[in-house]
Amino acid sequence: MGLIFRLAWRNLWRQPKRTWLTIGAMLFSNVLLIFMMSLQFGMYGLMIENTLKAFTGHMQVQAEGYVDDQKMRQVVPDVRALASTLREELNSENVAARARGFVLASSEERSYGIAVLGVEPAFEPVVSSVPGLVKQGRYLDSYDAAEIVVGAVLARNLKVGLGDEITLLCSGLDGSFAATVVNVVGIFDSGIAELDRSIAEIPLGHFQDVFYMEGAGHEIVINAPDVEQAPALEARVQGLLPAGKDLVVQDWNRLQPGLKQAIQADMSSSFFTYGILVVLVSFSVLNTQLMSVLERTREFGITMALGLKPQRLGWLVMLETCLMGSIGVVLGALLGALLTSYFSSNGLVLPGMEEMAAQFNLPVRMYPRITLLSLLAGPLVVFSFSLLAAIYPAVRLRWLQPVQAMRAA
Amino acid sequence: MTIAVKCIELCKTYRQGDTDIKALDHLSIDVETGGFVCLSSPSGGGKTTLLNAIGGLDKPDSGEVWVSGQRIDQLGKAALADLRLREIGFVFQAYNLIPVLSARENVEFVMQVQGVSTDERRQKSQAILEEVGLKGLEDRRPAQMSGGQQQRVAVARAVVSRPALVLADEPTANLDSKTSDALMDLFSELNERHQTTFIIATHDRRVMAHVPRLIKMLDGRIVDDIAQTPV
Repeated sequence: MGLIFRLAWRNLWRQPKRTWLTIGAMLFSNVLLIFMMSLQFGMYGLMIENTLKAFTGHMQVQAEGYVDDQKMRQVVPDVRALASTLREELNSENVAARARGFVLASSEERSYGIAVLGVEPAFEPVVSSVPGLVKQGRYLDSYDAAEIVVGAVLARNLKVGLGDEITLLCSGLDGSFAATVVNVVGIFDSGIAELDRSIAEIPLGHFQDVFYMEGAGHEIVINAPDVEQAPALEARVQGLLPAGKDLVVQDWNRLQPGLKQAIQADMSSSFFTYGILVVLVSFSVLNTQLMSVLERTREFGITMALGLKPQRLGWLVMLETCLMGSIGVVLGALLGALLTSYFSSNGLVLPGMEEMAAQFNLPVRMYPRITLLSLLAGPLVVFSFSLLAAIYPAVRLRWLQPVQAMRAA
Repeated sequence: MTIAVKCIELCKTYRQGDTDIKALDHLSIDVETGGFVCLSSPSGGGKTTLLNAIGGLDKPDSGEVWVSGQRIDQLGKAALADLRLREIGFVFQAYNLIPVLSARENVEFVMQVQGVSTDERRQKSQAILEEVGLKGLEDRRPAQMSGGQQQRVAVARAVVSRPALVLADEPTANLDSKTSDALMDLFSELNERHQTTFIIATHDRRVMAHVPRLIKMLDGRIVDDIAQTPV
């Protein structure tokens, strides 16, 4: 064990209470940062998965430009066949073709403008959570039947129930007038008012008949096992698309830009709070090390008189901080991981979060997600700022004169 | 006979309140290699200031300081630290041991900074601690030792790396007469055996009687330089 290391370690424990107090501040902030960041990552993960699970999926095959300007004529030709090919090539059921149009939906009493999706009833439940949210009746079960599933709010607005008819008026792919009458076979309730008010689903075959689609659709939704694996799958899908048809794969960031922005906005405000915490801890370290250096002025004078250069004394102070910080990082990471693991298994209900949870399509019970980033980022930032805070006390030693220092009390 | 320390026309003035105090007043002195010299003066006579100037701990306002043939009053901090590390051993009045290190570690401190190997350090520190009568107390920390024992550790630390020059400032001030005599005997022995030059600042008459050369100072000047037979 080197001389400077030994001195640094023993110096730390000359004032054990003060050292533990400083380590305690580091420890507290490290545990808090690990837990809060893991909770945030868990929440973001849920937000992403739940939002994408509703409709968007992890990626979609679309005609180029459709994502920016959803025109009826920007189609994926022969959409069912391509979806079937992708299912085979990817060896996955997580692929479903869709068509999308905007219609005037009329019941006997009322009319509303809504988005209607043509879906493959056999595969839509695999890529979307909506089929599982049907609370009355059943989900679509025929590829070309004239039936519809509507959201609970839309059903209430149109004053329709199971078995009632709704007339859909729209313009077809060729610009001609299109209309159909469909029977309400199911009503879903996602709890998200916007979704329940403005979306309805009909079988893809019937959609193609009504809108003169000639076998085309607008999107093929594809889900990866999880969002982390989506980029690799996206690259694979891109390679499977037929050439010359202007088809592209759009990832969920492109399809749901608001989601990432909401996450980034939330992260920014949280990181500001974390920053304040880190600065407070840094001041605690600065105070401790400054006190410690002032207390030992005489001793530093002696060591300088014996031939130790001021910069080595500076390194001594930095090493002391480094040791304190390391204890804070190790204990903080350990306690933070234990605490977070407990809540990762058991979940955490924060009072007053119900409204926010509904808004972001989240369950009320949150599960922190511990990752290498959430485990190490906070403690390493605290550690780095502690070292920064120790620079001033360390640099101060450069101006120390041995004679004046040895006269210090 | 070579010269270990040479001071030429040293001046140093301190300001105390509104008064300027001349700690060194055109002082010149030569100390030969292997010399055993005592500086004596009443308090404030300038002996500690002179020791500090010779040790490179403080700079004179004017004049020259030469140690081992090198002019040191113009050297920078790092070069002075190097000089103190390689050439000079210090014994202070208040022992000035490093409280978190054991007796052995305190003795090894200078050697460790010098980069001496662990084995050599261990062997030399053990030998010197035995020589100063501290065998068995190697692992005690300063707070666990008496004043006399701490001063012995300080002496061991000062001489263990065989410096050319040892500067001792009131080394017996906190010691009883018996321990003082033992310490001076140790200094004499080291001086004779290793030809180490000793300059001791003191106002202790027993110490003064112990050296072959006694330099008396007053108000920053040398008033008497006496060659005598040590008791």
